Amino acid sequence: MPSQSDTPTGWRPRHGVYWLIIMPALAMLVLLYLVPLADVLVTSVTDPKPGLDNFLLLFTSTSVQKTLLTTLRIAALTTFVALLLGYVVAYAMRAANSSQQRLMLFCVLLPFWISVLVRSFAWIALLSSRGPVNAGLMAWGLIDEPLPLVRNETGVLIGMVHVMLPYAVLTLYANMRGIDVRLVAAARSLGASRFQAFRMVFLPLTRPGLIGAGTLVFILSLGFYVTPALLGGGKVLMIAEYVAVQINDTLRWGLGTMLATTLMLSVLAALWALSRVLDVKRLFGA
Amino acid sequence: MLSPVPEPLVRFANVRKSYDGTVDAVSALNLEVARSEFLTLLGPSGSGKTTTLTMLAGFERPTEGRIFVDGEDVTDVPVEKRGIGMVFQNYALFPNMTVAENIAFPLRVRGVSRGEMNSKVMRALSMVRLDGFGDRRPQQLSGGQQQRVAVARALVFEPRLILLDEPLGALDRQLREQMQYELKHLHQRLDVTMVYVTHDQVEAMTMSDRVAVFSTGALRQVDEPRRLYEAPASLFVARFLGESNALPATVRQHDGGSCAAALATGETVTAVMPVRCAPGSAVHLVVRPEKILLGKAAQASPNRFAARIAEVTFLGDQTRLRLVAFGADDFIVKLANTAGQETFAPGTEIDIGWQAEDCRALAE
Repeated sequence: MPSQSDTPTGWRPRHGVYWLIIMPALAMLVLLYLVPLADVLVTSVTDPKPGLDNFLLLFTSTSVQKTLLTTLRIAALTTFVALLLGYVVAYAMRAANSSQQRLMLFCVLLPFWISVLVRSFAWIALLSSRGPVNAGLMAWGLIDEPLPLVRNETGVLIGMVHVMLPYAVLTLYANMRGIDVRLVAAARSLGASRFQAFRMVFLPLTRPGLIGAGTLVFILSLGFYVTPALLGGGKVLMIAEYVAVQINDTLRWGLGTMLATTLMLSVLAALWALSRVLDVKRLFGA
Repeated sequence: MLSPVPEPLVRFANVRKSYDGTVDAVSALNLEVARSEFLTLLGPSGSGKTTTLTMLAGFERPTEGRIFVDGEDVTDVPVEKRGIGMVFQNYALFPNMTVAENIAFPLRVRGVSRGEMNSKVMRALSMVRLDGFGDRRPQQLSGGQQQRVAVARALVFEPRLILLDEPLGALDRQLREQMQYELKHLHQRLDVTMVYVTHDQVEAMTMSDRVAVFSTGALRQVDEPRRLYEAPASLFVARFLGESNALPATVRQHDGGSCAAALATGETVTAVMPVRCAPGSAVHLVVRPEKILLGKAAQASPNRFAARIAEVTFLGDQTRLRLVAFGADDFIVKLANTAGQETFAPGTEIDIGWQAEDCRALAE
């Protein structure tokens, strides 16, 4: 990359002009994002009275703890299943030829273009007791009565994995694409079976991808709102919905903002932990 | 000459490989590799040499024909069961393992005990002069060192055969030359059979007991380096190994191993004819540039012609002359830089000539 001094500077506008150009976006970011965010942080330690009383609820309120546990459990399960399925898809994509790869990439990206709301309702229709999935299974004689696939944790999990899968696939695929296939060939020629070559060479090399995809999916899963609210049928309360209830219905702003703050700090902590093991910038393509 | 071995270690029997069903990457290949031999598969890219190696390694299956190793038909034996060590062009060292772990890999997958593994890894490391490097990561080593690790990894499990796929391609020239001798000495010391693929003729000649020359999917000739150079059986081999002057000519008459052929410009030349061609058939008369006699020396030779010097290039160990002769201006002569060697100036008219045995009439 040429350094600044290498390029002629006479025709260049002064830096001030650049600042002017990005000013509208910057102002919007500060006013509509950073200021409210600060307000949330402040409210969490001032409402209803100044102090850390709201944060004490993390240790005393069973409903808060239950929500947090549910959130962590569902996020962890989603991460696990998405990584497992995503790994297989990414692996297949890596092995496919370029036209197959394009088709697979298109299929992976397709759900991105459909609103989460639409997808959630679609899942409800598909998974309900009289939906095509249950009807099909019963018609085949595999089950006698409909499986409870939706309006419970299973439904939430299915919906969330569906939303998260592209993130897992793309992150893992980016990582796998960087692995030299000849390494696996070399392992085979040195006497490793297919499985040994995978376990001892390929799998360890995808560790950065697994950690990256896992963290990404986990962090995004923590803040899910629409999917658990719809597919959980009101029975599965995750932290985002809990916050919404506090602010919209019970008007306990202090509790709501405290949970929002906790969520944000947890995510930042997770990212920080990730940055200790991986080059985060490179992982997300920056 | 190599003494004939009753049973070769490797035998390709009528092997053909086609990737797309229309073009043969390798066709009608019959080739034997003797025990303890260093055989090089030499050819330009797309000549089929790498496909041949890949089939021997087990990564590709021949479309037709069989491959035998040690008398056993391995055509359908999977890669990992062939017991063949392989060194790849890009080294293919596992970045998630240390140097020692890389070398231990073939032992680990074979379930060798820890104690035996350690001693074998140590021995392999010292064999390639990398004692003390065991705990490094491959990425921390230079290209030459990485290549030596790859070699150690391929021979640590004492395979019956080691395949090397252009292993020195990524190294700079000096290191490449040094590694050629290192590999050659390793081969001599370990008495192991090696099959080496390269497109570099110097590399092939430096290391090999025999060289198999490939072009467009066919094995053209397999012989000791000196014989290949001195007695090429085809124009392709003559041109691919070293430099050659090739003059198109028509056979007039032949007599046993020699013939008289007429050049397009009318001159008649006496030449060796390794493959008999009927009178009237088109051949190329091939003479090595260092076999050309000049001036007085030429006058005593049976083939003597007039020429004019077009260009003189001093290259240190030799002087290279480009001559106008036989109606063209690309006749090359190489003169060794020896004491008393006369100097030449462009534009000079000069006699050129060669001994009949230094000129070969080869069909296209």
